[in-house]
Amino acid sequence: MKIEERFADGELTLCLRGELDHHAAKLIAHELEGAVDKRLPSACVLDFGGVSFMDSSGIAVIIKARRRADELGASLRVVGVGRQPERVLTAAGLGRLVSIETASE
Amino acid sequence: MKETNSIRLEFQSRSINEGFARAAAAVFAAQLDPTLDELNDIKTAVSEAVTNCIVHAYPDSIGKILLRARSFPNNSIEIIVRDWGRGIPDVDRAREPMFTTGGDERSGMGFTIMESFMDSVKIRSAPERGTTVTMRRSISIRAARK
Repeated sequence: MKIEERFADGELTLCLRGELDHHAAKLIAHELEGAVDKRLPSACVLDFGGVSFMDSSGIAVIIKARRRADELGASLRVVGVGRQPERVLTAAGLGRLVSIETASE
Repeated sequence: MKETNSIRLEFQSRSINEGFARAAAAVFAAQLDPTLDELNDIKTAVSEAVTNCIVHAYPDSIGKILLRARSFPNNSIEIIVRDWGRGIPDVDRAREPMFTTGGDERSGMGFTIMESFMDSVKIRSAPERGTTVTMRRSISIRAARK
């Protein structure tokens, strides 16, 4: 899994690419935290456009990002969510916690 | 019911094998001509079951995981994920959404996802003897086959 980082006008966008499972989540956890702590954004965007597969490990990544954003008083959006990740997020009822935009929106 | 086909794969509880296990299950399930959603549901459920073995059954060691898959003439599939690790002390509690002993790296949604994506999920577990998760899913029979 690869992460690309963009930062403009206080908004930090983290683009995730690849399969987001427990193996990948372990590897990217530090990178995600590091990016947020370095930029201290007022808005965070997790771009899932490149996530081809996700299991409940991705839910933990999003919940953790939600907590960190709350601590910073930042907003959090998850965008570009493809069909398979969307089914996982829906089954977990994550839409109640985080703003989720599907790839077709 | 007599099985149409079956596979048996044994691998080590290394997290890099999560991708291997779900891909193997998906290739086997593809023989039943599933839709992309059905195939992804099976992949996701297998990923959850195998991750549980790696995180919870063998937290401090590398152990053995067995993946078995069987297909049946009614176009259904059975997947068994077995480990010989710690076991689950309270299966009912482990099945509850958001319950986890895995800290903030885990969401506690693994069994909830398996139950949403498969028709049935059975868990047998004994302390220090391991856990067996048996999942079944029927695959829709598509009319327009060539």
